[in-house]
Amino acid sequence: MCRIGAIKSLNYVHPSRALQLMNSQQKGHDNSGFAMVMQDLGGIFADYKDLPTLSLACTDEGLKIAEGILGAAGFKQVFEWIPETNRMPGLDIKAMPNYVFRTFDYPETYAKSPAKEKEELLTATRLKLRAAMERGETGFAYSFWPDVITLKEIGDPRDIGTFFGLWDENDRFTAKVITAQCRQNTNYAIVRYAAHPFFLQGYTTLANGENTFYQKNKEFQASLNPAYIGFESDSQCFLYTLHYMHRELGWPLSYYKHIITPLPFEEVQKREDREQLSAIRQSLAHLEINGPNTIIGALPDHTLFVCCDAKKLRPIVVGHTKEMVAFSSEVCGINEIMPDRDWETDIYPNEREIVVIDNTLEVQRWKQ
Amino acid sequence: METVKINDLACNDLPWKVIYDTTRCTLCGSCVAACTFGAIKPRIERRRKAFSDTETPEPKISFKAVPVITQLNVLKHYCRGCGVCERVCPNSAIRSERNPDSRFNVVYQTATASGPKRGGRNNLENQARTLDTLRVGRISQMTDPSLDAQRHTFDCLAPLGRILPADRLPFTVGPDGKLVPTGHTPPTSWIYPVIIGDMSIGALSWRMWEAVAMAVAYLNEECGLPVRMCSGEGGMPVKLLTSKYLKYTILQIASGHFGWNRIIKAMPKMIEDPAGVLIKIGQGAKPGDGGLLMAAKVASHIQAIRGVPKADLLSPPNHQGLYSIEESVQKMFLSMNAAFKFRVPVAIKVAASATSVSVFNNLVRDPYNIVGGFFMDGIDGGTGAAHDISLDHTGHPIVSKLRDCYLAAVAQGRQGQIPLWAAGGLGKTGNLAADAFKMICLGANGVFTGKLILQMAGCLGNEHSRCNACNTGLCPAGITTQEPTLVRRLNPDRVAENIVNYFLGMDQELRKLMAPIGNSALPVGRSDCLVSTDKAVADRLQVQYVC
Repeated sequence: MCRIGAIKSLNYVHPSRALQLMNSQQKGHDNSGFAMVMQDLGGIFADYKDLPTLSLACTDEGLKIAEGILGAAGFKQVFEWIPETNRMPGLDIKAMPNYVFRTFDYPETYAKSPAKEKEELLTATRLKLRAAMERGETGFAYSFWPDVITLKEIGDPRDIGTFFGLWDENDRFTAKVITAQCRQNTNYAIVRYAAHPFFLQGYTTLANGENTFYQKNKEFQASLNPAYIGFESDSQCFLYTLHYMHRELGWPLSYYKHIITPLPFEEVQKREDREQLSAIRQSLAHLEINGPNTIIGALPDHTLFVCCDAKKLRPIVVGHTKEMVAFSSEVCGINEIMPDRDWETDIYPNEREIVVIDNTLEVQRWKQ
Repeated sequence: METVKINDLACNDLPWKVIYDTTRCTLCGSCVAACTFGAIKPRIERRRKAFSDTETPEPKISFKAVPVITQLNVLKHYCRGCGVCERVCPNSAIRSERNPDSRFNVVYQTATASGPKRGGRNNLENQARTLDTLRVGRISQMTDPSLDAQRHTFDCLAPLGRILPADRLPFTVGPDGKLVPTGHTPPTSWIYPVIIGDMSIGALSWRMWEAVAMAVAYLNEECGLPVRMCSGEGGMPVKLLTSKYLKYTILQIASGHFGWNRIIKAMPKMIEDPAGVLIKIGQGAKPGDGGLLMAAKVASHIQAIRGVPKADLLSPPNHQGLYSIEESVQKMFLSMNAAFKFRVPVAIKVAASATSVSVFNNLVRDPYNIVGGFFMDGIDGGTGAAHDISLDHTGHPIVSKLRDCYLAAVAQGRQGQIPLWAAGGLGKTGNLAADAFKMICLGANGVFTGKLILQMAGCLGNEHSRCNACNTGLCPAGITTQEPTLVRRLNPDRVAENIVNYFLGMDQELRKLMAPIGNSALPVGRSDCLVSTDKAVADRLQVQYVC
């Protein structure tokens, strides 16, 4: 079973903490991969918060294709970070030849464009990169967005950490929000894109479980937005639902839970907002999930949240100190990175709540 | 010796033969009294008997006139094989048997210049049903656990009413971060996904109608199942229209417009809104013919409800005054919505047809947001009369057409906006839960059924042309007749009890199917749950093929 975890901190945190959080849950996953998304970046990326960074894993040919597309679109590279990879023998990793983390300035024609237009450009460019590199699997474009870095790799998470030098803590490569997954591959073929966390336009989700309504979720989402593609994993649907609800419809986060796990009809009838809740259930019936899931998500404003399916069939625990909040599938993960916290204040979210962490690290529990 | 008149009708020309055993018969007369078709009658036969009344055999012959029961070889009174004679005979002396050598289809037409008409069961459906080649093949396991059908709660409700896409919901975000409604949304109700299909009060006896209404009220008020029934064309008694039970009934307006004058007159006195309005454009079971309520069934109360004389009443297969989708949407839907002040969902019922996807595609783009449901009726089913030729050779199966409509909605990202309801041969094997579940997985929001309700009531018919006399007014079970003596055969309390029990059983079964796939809400469109053992079916419906 996949293990998932997330860290949100007042101070910048190195991904080694996320690796430790996940490593202690090692018995719960099968070492078939590790992925993480870092948001609200510090260190070497701190000066480029407004400019988009491309996260790419590719072959030489893929890199050429990507450079061609970005160049043609008018993007100008302003910064590049190439991780010092440790290609020592014996590591369990199916590494790609190149890992590219490049920050770009927008094309000149977009200099005065509103944010929304720039965002659409970034998404369209990433989709174009993905499509171009999909032929012959020459590369994988995970994210192209300001203040975000995505890393996904196939292999043993510990070895992946070693490969990228992520075990050695430093202040050059840090973030305030890190979401991570150690993977239990339940697909026959290991697909790089299928690894969580998924990212789209500032939104991140990762999940632990199965989505039994995958088919109807997917069939519905596929026509909602051209960026809703891939569906390599049944959990990708959660990202698109979040994105659709929060960005496209402009609804507050609290309604996410109402969409994916609607209240029983009888309970809705007792509520004052029954008109709204009924309308939501009707209109978005195909975004409901019925399966066992814990979903961790992040919003563009770096709000971090976690919620579960309506039957609470997957575990998750939230531990917190004054400076850091961590979500983990198993409590041993939090014990590892926050041994001194007051574990009596740990939260085990129930089937009807969302636990939300804002940028002051205030922990809110919203009842559905 | 009598001359053979080859063109005379013989019992062997008829579809059923009455088998009679004089040695068991006590001549009680029960069978003759009970046969509603007058297919048997008492007759005197002259019997020759050899006997001896001495110690050494001295055969003598005696002739005796013996009363017996015989079958009539009269077209008007042909035996329908209902088996009522066998039911009432205390000595098992009589029964009907299917006649494989029947010349009925030929002799009927040559004698009457008309094809036979009958209640709506087709005879030609002798291959395996499509639904029976489908199985629920996805069983949730450790990673996606199945549910406990007894312990978990399930939300078995389906929408009736136009559903706006989320981006058109009239909401704004209030100062407290809550969504606030700022406008009108079309009326929608969430009801049980199995509706009692439209059978008119002319087609059914008043006791049957009463029984169905009772069952529905009981299911709603005592069992918590919001089951709805549909009135069928033909109107409703004013007493029911002005009762609180109207809220469980979907009023049908159809091509004959029967009873609508009364409904409109009753509106000011209605204390409840109806559950919905169903505009019947086409029907599945009597395709091309329309339902034919024979004059024999137009009893005085039917005349009163429909406002018609005692004459054959045809519900034409289509609305004679509507020739386009725009017209139907504007004229019918708008007026029907307006009549109930836009509080009641208005749905449309069409026949499954090679063209029904086009109709559906047009309606999902309806700019008035007024089509509250797309009811599709397939070839199997029905209680009204139609010609044999239509029943046997016209019509469209429902399963693939439902799937086509759902996939058409998927292609446009409009699934669920007009709820899909489908019927036509569902529950034919007696297991409606399985059929409903499979249809829902294929994309239906819910299903409706009529014929099975008759079976619950004790209908003696079967799928092999037994009885099929719903149209004659001679229903031997008292279900589809207005003949007072026959109607009394039906015990409405028992019928209501049967319907309630069946629905409760079916509801359990529905949960038993939802549990293993791990769903607590209806699996609309979850075709990934289904597998088919028939490659052609699998390909056509886009489900997995298994063998």
